[in-house]
Amino acid sequence: MNTKQNFQEIDFNKQLDSRTWSKVLSFAKIYKKTMILLGLFMMFVAAVDIVMPLMTRHAIDHFITPQNYDGLMGFGLLYLAIGMFQALNVAVFIMLAGKVETGVSYNIRKAGFSKLQELSYSYYDHTPVGWLMARMTSDTAKLSEIIAWGLVDLVWGFTLMTGIAIVMLIMNLKLALIVLSVVPLLAWISKKFQVLILKSYREVRKTNSKITASFNEGIMGAVTSKTLVREDANLFEFEKLTGKMFASSFRAAVQSAIFLPLVQIFSMIGTALAIWFGGSGVIAGDISYGMLVMFLSYAAFFFIPIQELARVFAELQNAQAAAERIITLIETKPEIVDAEGIGSPPLQELKGKICFENVNFEYKKGQSILKDFNLDVEPGSSIALVGETGGGKTSIISLICRFYEPTSGSILIDDLDYRNYPLQWLQSNFGVVLQTPHLFSGTIIENIRYGKLDATDDEIISAAQAVKADAFIQSLPDKYDTEVSEGGTNLSTGQKQLISLARAIIANPSILIMDEATSSVDTETERSIQNAIEVLVKGRTSFIIAHRLSTIRNADRILVIESGKIIESGDHDELIFKNGKYFDLYNHQYRNEKVGSLLSAKE
Amino acid sequence: MAGNRLLYIGAITAIAFETLFTFASPLVIRETIDSIIGDKLFSDWSILQSLSQLIGAPTITQQTIWACALILVILSLFRGIFTYLNGRWSAKASESIARNMRDELYLHLQSVPVKFYSEWKIGDLIQRCTSDVETVRKFLSIQVVQVGKSLLMLAIIIPILVSLNAKMALVSMVTIPLILTFAVLFFLKIKSVFQIADESEGFMSAVLQENLTGIRVVRAFARQDFEMDKFDERNTAYRDNVYRLIKILGTYWGLSDLLIYSQTGLVLVVGTYWTIDGQLTLGTLVAFVSYVEFLLWPIRQTGRTLTDLGKAFVSLDRIRKILNESLEDMSGWSDETTKISGNIEFKNTGFRYDEKTPVLEDISFNINSGDTVVIVGPTGSGKSTLANLLPRLWDYTNGSVLIDGRELNTIGRKYIRQQIGIVLQEPFLYSKSLIDNIRLGKITNPGESEIFEASRIAAIHEEIETFEKGYETLVGERGVTLSGGQKQRIAIARAIIQDPPILIFDDSLSALDTETETRIREALISRKGKRTTIVIAHRLTTAVNADMVIVLENGQVSQSGKHEQLIRMDGLYKRLWTMQTLPVQVINDNQQSRSQN
Repeated sequence: MNTKQNFQEIDFNKQLDSRTWSKVLSFAKIYKKTMILLGLFMMFVAAVDIVMPLMTRHAIDHFITPQNYDGLMGFGLLYLAIGMFQALNVAVFIMLAGKVETGVSYNIRKAGFSKLQELSYSYYDHTPVGWLMARMTSDTAKLSEIIAWGLVDLVWGFTLMTGIAIVMLIMNLKLALIVLSVVPLLAWISKKFQVLILKSYREVRKTNSKITASFNEGIMGAVTSKTLVREDANLFEFEKLTGKMFASSFRAAVQSAIFLPLVQIFSMIGTALAIWFGGSGVIAGDISYGMLVMFLSYAAFFFIPIQELARVFAELQNAQAAAERIITLIETKPEIVDAEGIGSPPLQELKGKICFENVNFEYKKGQSILKDFNLDVEPGSSIALVGETGGGKTSIISLICRFYEPTSGSILIDDLDYRNYPLQWLQSNFGVVLQTPHLFSGTIIENIRYGKLDATDDEIISAAQAVKADAFIQSLPDKYDTEVSEGGTNLSTGQKQLISLARAIIANPSILIMDEATSSVDTETERSIQNAIEVLVKGRTSFIIAHRLSTIRNADRILVIESGKIIESGDHDELIFKNGKYFDLYNHQYRNEKVGSLLSAKE
Repeated sequence: MAGNRLLYIGAITAIAFETLFTFASPLVIRETIDSIIGDKLFSDWSILQSLSQLIGAPTITQQTIWACALILVILSLFRGIFTYLNGRWSAKASESIARNMRDELYLHLQSVPVKFYSEWKIGDLIQRCTSDVETVRKFLSIQVVQVGKSLLMLAIIIPILVSLNAKMALVSMVTIPLILTFAVLFFLKIKSVFQIADESEGFMSAVLQENLTGIRVVRAFARQDFEMDKFDERNTAYRDNVYRLIKILGTYWGLSDLLIYSQTGLVLVVGTYWTIDGQLTLGTLVAFVSYVEFLLWPIRQTGRTLTDLGKAFVSLDRIRKILNESLEDMSGWSDETTKISGNIEFKNTGFRYDEKTPVLEDISFNINSGDTVVIVGPTGSGKSTLANLLPRLWDYTNGSVLIDGRELNTIGRKYIRQQIGIVLQEPFLYSKSLIDNIRLGKITNPGESEIFEASRIAAIHEEIETFEKGYETLVGERGVTLSGGQKQRIAIARAIIQDPPILIFDDSLSALDTETETRIREALISRKGKRTTIVIAHRLTTAVNADMVIVLENGQVSQSGKHEQLIRMDGLYKRLWTMQTLPVQVINDNQQSRSQN
């Protein structure tokens, strides 16, 4: 979140930062040749643009003035040839720029995505998905666009300006200087206005995203607004936003509406100077008619590249913020990485022995979650973690999964500090089932196969059978090929949980980690989930944040966790006999479950 | 809208003048070349002569050629003024149309019946309200003006060209039908390519979004490589499809450039020939060369304009679909000056969402003003629906409901909602500060002390005080994430500050522990003022002190009466009560279940 704020303000007077841009350009490295070629073609385009007025001059001075038809046909063919050359240039430069644009954005996205797969859990804990999406989509698009098309405009603009200036200076030094005298002022005005206009558009975009958020809130909260009779008040607030939107869009439009005529007036001053002094030159016989007409064309043409260059520079400044955000994302260091010198993963499978040795853990400095925590778990045993929210159950599980690492102390798996195993290999030995099941879009069979990519259909079906999901899947119209829509909305939560359990069992993990769902599902599904868990747990070391009595009762060992400490430990009977914290928890849960089952009973 | 039409008329008029002034300068240059610099006589009507007389200059001679330059600059000043006016007015018109559309959509979405929200997908609605409005706005601000400009240009330029030289005018326009046809056909043809590119962007961001929301699963199965392959496939497809589109566009612009160069080349060559012939003057030729450029640019854009026009109509249609939805009827009896007293009577009330399935059937009971009533029952028995009938979020379909003896259906929705405070099962908080969220419960702006009191009753005051920013803490994406229980209590505070004669808690105490719930209830009772309170509850602790308990099963009242009566009757209530007060027998129970296993 903080990173978000850091980048929010863009200073338009800030100089372009070469470090950032050179990093961005590294994504275009493999297109270096394409870009050079693109630059070359833009020079061709500019060259033709410069030559065209020369053609007009030639027509006047070689045919019209001397009243000479000879070679006019050839001239026409030459003109057409130049036209064809230019058409080719245009087609090629658009394609080249397109190649660079799409390629660079592909590269940035690829780098960003693979970084996102690497980053530690903690990163996702404090970075909203929406923020990441914006970096990977709109920011990336903006950057690749400015790299490709910015190059186009820059090369074309510079070549054209210098080219025209040189031709004019060579043709007639005095007249050229007179016509070019308006350029500095024009350039200055262009720059000022482009920055102003971009600023206004930034304001427009900001307000626009607020409007989107307001629509979202208006719909999500519609019923609440009705009960509070807030419709008018909401509309009043919304109208403030749309009013602001109107004001800033209108301001941007007006700025453009002032800018464009200003440029036109300046370019007309150039033309007027050309006709005044050039005309006098023709009268005096110093210059030809053709030369005059050529100067008139150049004067009219000159303002276009100036306008374009000013726009590109303003956009570069604007895009720098996007560049910084993306670079920051790609350069973020994951907090948990393999230690140096960790080679290939061990050959034998993990047995699943786990030891916590004097583990201390804190998310933020000074906010201790676990203190001097010790725990020994034999391979194959099942551990239920119970206790109030915020007691540290989730932290223990996150540590075992190595989503986080201990602040001090160590966790041993099969008697070896788990930091000595390759991270990805280690995590592939864990089966993790989350409280809210997440399925990917695709079919059910694809979702189960996610647990073991080379699983055969038979293996998948037997996994589903093992967790008793087969029956309901068979009852669906498309059976295993049923599409699970985004977030899996067409299935009930219970059904999704069963599929996620099948996915976990097919992966055949050595260590199973589960966060049991609290949300009530109907009694029947709950029973199948329970059965599935029992199947899953068999023969593996398992840790379960348990909410259901049956899960708790069936565990080999129950740990009651409070304030980061194990306050009671033992099996169900031992703990009940103790008549302590567990006894209270159990009774409370017992009543809740009974009442719950009564109230969710079938009608 | 009338104002906007006027603005558009103004903008189009401005374009007309802008175009006139734009086209005047090549004529001025032409006469300057032919008659000032050259030795042609001025024709009968000369733009240069007329204009120089207008600015009070004497007849321009070779010595006063600067006057021609001055006239050019003055012409461009005027042209600038009209360009500005056109830009200003058309922006004002299109932006205010967009604003009206947004406001109208927003108001409409607030005022449709509750049913609407279950029939539409929120993503779809938002898309219509944002991108579709944007498409229409863009069309109005850019294309409408562009089309007007193109048409006006053609209307003005053709007579000028014909009057300069009819034959030459024909030559200048010979490829125009070709370019026009090419532009239109081309854009029609690549419509599908555009669509494929758009779609593949959608696919790519869907994979991205799914990966990010499911990152925990990805990690849990160590599927990073698999995910990268999946994303790479979409990323590659997106790159290739967009590149394909750009390549096609490149071909298009290249080809249309070729057509344009052929046209300008033709004008130059034929013009040169005729100038040598004496059919044209040099100035006229130069004028033609300039005009041809003016003529070709808008025509080149036609294909694009048509595509945008098509898109704009589709968007407009999608927006209209929302605006055509009928609104909640807000009419009915109301008496803004008095509060109702809170007597509620259900008489054989029934409700069904559609023809087939009844949700509530034959519900009858009385609630006296000031009573507390608890409704219990299994999930899906119709408790929430019953509660939603009172503020007329849904209207009962059978029987009647009387509030203070008046038929509920005849009372205005706005009025009755002001009289009822309802805390929903999943409370919604606005993305404002906590204090504003509570404050907006009451229409008259309540002071801080009043707000603090309400949140004390809702047992949230102390918790808010522990937040870093206290009551100024923002809710929502940019602020803190509140737990379900915290949200519920803030919603309760919001309902309390409303101080309504009828207060409904729709299972909104469920996320709170028993102790907090008791605290809130006691604080409510000890608060001054009498109000009818309806509590939908899962825990029977709430029911013990209620004036009446209603048990709903399958949409019907299966039991009702006081707690003491109900625990003596056989039925759901008694069973529930037995469970909740179960003596501690768990060891035995547990041993039983073990032996069963």
